[in-house]
Amino acid sequence: MLSVISSSHTRMLGFVSTVLAPALLALCATTFATAAHAMKIQDITTPAGIKAWLVEEHSVPLMAMRFSFKGGNAQDGDGKEGIAHFLTGMMDEGAGDLDSLAFQNRMEELAMRMSFEDGRDNLYGSFETLSENRAESQKLLKLVINKPRFDADAHERVRAQLLSGLAAAARNPDAVANDKWLANAFPGHPYGRPATGSIASMKTILPADLETYRRNVFVKSSLRLVVVGDITAAEAAALIDDVFGALPVVGKLTPVAAVQPKPVEKMQVIEMPVPQSVARFGLGAMGRKDKDFMAAFVLNHIIGGGGFSSRLMEEVREKRGLAYSVSSYIQPFDATSLFGGGVATKNEQMAQSLAIIRAELKRMADEGPTQSELDGAKSNLTGSFALRFDTNSKIATQLLYFLAEDLGIDYVDRRNAEIDAISLDDIKKVAKRLLVVDDLFVTVVGKPVGLPPKG
Amino acid sequence: MSLSSASRSATPVRGVFPLGLLLSAVSALMFLQSFATMAATAQARVSEFKLDNGMQVIVVPDTRAPVVTHMVWYKVGAADEPHGSSGIAHFLEHLMFKSTEKIAIGEFSKIVARLGGQDNAFTSNDCTAYFQRIAKDRLPQVMEMEADRMINLKLTDKEVLTERDVILEERRSRIENSPAAILDEQMSASLYQNHPYHIPVIGWMHEMAKLSQADALAFYKKYYAPNNAILVVAGDVTAEGVKALAEATYGKIKSNPAVGAPRVRPSEPEARAPRRVDLRDQRAGRTTLSRHYIAPSYTTAAPGEAEALDLLLKIMGGGTTGRLYKKLVVADAVASSAGGYYSGSNMDSGKIGLSAVIADDSTIEKTEAAMDAVIAELKATPVSAEELERAKKAYIAEYIYESDNQSTLARRYGWGVVAGSTIAKIDAWPQEIAKVTAEQIRAAAVKYFELKNSVTGTLAPLPLEAAATPATQKQ
Repeated sequence: MLSVISSSHTRMLGFVSTVLAPALLALCATTFATAAHAMKIQDITTPAGIKAWLVEEHSVPLMAMRFSFKGGNAQDGDGKEGIAHFLTGMMDEGAGDLDSLAFQNRMEELAMRMSFEDGRDNLYGSFETLSENRAESQKLLKLVINKPRFDADAHERVRAQLLSGLAAAARNPDAVANDKWLANAFPGHPYGRPATGSIASMKTILPADLETYRRNVFVKSSLRLVVVGDITAAEAAALIDDVFGALPVVGKLTPVAAVQPKPVEKMQVIEMPVPQSVARFGLGAMGRKDKDFMAAFVLNHIIGGGGFSSRLMEEVREKRGLAYSVSSYIQPFDATSLFGGGVATKNEQMAQSLAIIRAELKRMADEGPTQSELDGAKSNLTGSFALRFDTNSKIATQLLYFLAEDLGIDYVDRRNAEIDAISLDDIKKVAKRLLVVDDLFVTVVGKPVGLPPKG
Repeated sequence: MSLSSASRSATPVRGVFPLGLLLSAVSALMFLQSFATMAATAQARVSEFKLDNGMQVIVVPDTRAPVVTHMVWYKVGAADEPHGSSGIAHFLEHLMFKSTEKIAIGEFSKIVARLGGQDNAFTSNDCTAYFQRIAKDRLPQVMEMEADRMINLKLTDKEVLTERDVILEERRSRIENSPAAILDEQMSASLYQNHPYHIPVIGWMHEMAKLSQADALAFYKKYYAPNNAILVVAGDVTAEGVKALAEATYGKIKSNPAVGAPRVRPSEPEARAPRRVDLRDQRAGRTTLSRHYIAPSYTTAAPGEAEALDLLLKIMGGGTTGRLYKKLVVADAVASSAGGYYSGSNMDSGKIGLSAVIADDSTIEKTEAAMDAVIAELKATPVSAEELERAKKAYIAEYIYESDNQSTLARRYGWGVVAGSTIAKIDAWPQEIAKVTAEQIRAAAVKYFELKNSVTGTLAPLPLEAAATPATQKQ
């Protein structure tokens, strides 16, 4: 629910100081300079020419790898919605000469962790292993990447699970609100399609569709890789080449047209018999490469991205007790960007809660934040940045985001300075540009009293 | 692919960000031959001491990043609430973020945020915990603030009433909007016939709606004291450093001689009959079957029994390689997913949970029969050596993976000690797991898969009423 949306902004934005460091294959490295600790990011290129970032951390006997391929569920295709999601559910269902059960038993014996996730624009993979089992786990991962089996019986089992998930989601107000809000925002565009597919589309997806998708997407040219943990640069390079080296260089992606939200309805109400209504609201926003993006990011932190310090939390929850959760986020995609948020409150209070949120967004557009709000957001964002780098898994996830967004190896170093440089004037201008409250589009699921307004 | 179909009982938190996995047991190092070296490397060097006022302190060093996790665990939870005031432990947890003489109204979290930290809190049946994650040089400030609100909480009627509306919305979000959560609540209410674990941690709606400032302050004064709390600090710290800071903050607070007595709650009578809860709800999207059995917890179990239960449920219910999945989903195709867990971390009782999502062309009866067949086999025949070895390896691996995360380590020790365990016992768990035999696992199955100690819950959809009028359903 809300936390899922909000988590998208937790993997964003960073700082560093550039240092050249010798490493077997590493050409350049960056040192994340905090008080007592230096996290050195090595930029390695393998003998086969694959690039990756590596952070060596030998104190715990395990390693984490995160990787992505360009081409997420925006590539699904009309009528075949959910292919990418289906594929992510099939990746541990057998590979090479191992059928589903043999593969899963082996994974368990090795205590290897592997999962795949479909984003809108990227397909993400995660791989973790204990040092002692690395060689054997690597063999298994290599099979998955190169020779996944989409056996008919496993395919049907996973299809049944996905269909059952869809049936549950269809009556879950949060899931319905997410899907309907996006569908309303992007009619006819891949971003408006349900990421998890529909009951109709899921019934048509064949093993051959998954294989076609895999061949189109699993390619070296769009591969982004981060390795963190108990592994040297030479070992990491060998692992990467072994696992990914045989993939084709280029694949086939359908271009995703740049788009701004064009909501069909400004106030969409989906009736559902629940005591608490769930709302999603939002606007088109500036993209990752827009000069105003960083200011918009900080602005969002002040509005609803900063937890208990945010203005929406203050006005909706702390002052009035209208909701347990209210938050906002800014999320750039490859072909659009969104400022969005959510609130859940009993049916009788939804109209009032949305009116308050609308008024707060308007006030922010007109007046901007206070200097104290800006200072508070900056000190929180810069001071808490190190909290994103205190485990191997978190480091890997965070760095992959920077890599996938082409932010550069020095981004970890620049990031806090970029935030600190934002002035009150900058942020007021961005607030005016972003928060065009008349354009706000809202989806409510539940039985909200007085919504949509009559007349 | 395995999809979990049943959620474990929710632990309400103040914030909107759920905590994710709560440790299901005091997981720790175990000495399987092939993992011994790695495990030794991964074992945290934990220190433990007491302040003069009786406050327990646990320090878990992790120097990889200049960051600390600071937690205070109070040995009081929902199962300690006065009868008729369900939800007061959790309500107080929310109110702890209001004000003191030094902290203005609503400023606690804002100060932590400006310091570059993150904070939150959670309440369970047996404990209430508050935590901050922050750069290590800010640790003294958050310790000072946490110590301050241990004794100086101030409340006003207006704040209390507003926050009560917040917890009512929290209950609507977590429970009222979700038929699966309602079923889970009904099953717990039925599983425990006398012990307060039958009351939801968040409280019953009608009682929550009447909670008052006086209720909150009475609970606070009775239970919040240094000698009823455990401080856990994990991260880039030393035991000496933490000790000095703790003495300068928490150490200044007087102990309360009225707290600290053994926590004795009403106990369960002998169960006489299995129970059944059938919920039919138009908001249910699919048909599910769950069964919960009362089992001992790590605190109450005879030596080796809780470890045997952990292994039993790993072998039986752990993902796609578990017995339940292999029979119900793969072999018999009566379920689309199936699994199980053992929850042994509560003080007075543990629980076994089994669940399945009924396949489209199956029925609850067929699925339940298949589930019972899996149980019967586990009672009759010891698990194979390969299964046992795999399950043991899975635990050691989880232990090592946990050592990557200081917050997880802080919770491992806090959760164990608050439930009555000790650091020594938590760290000795591996040897106990390593000793478990297939026969002990069979014996645990025989003893605890006892139908009269169980409740079986089913959830099935009712057709949606024709309430969704086309006029407002704009898609």
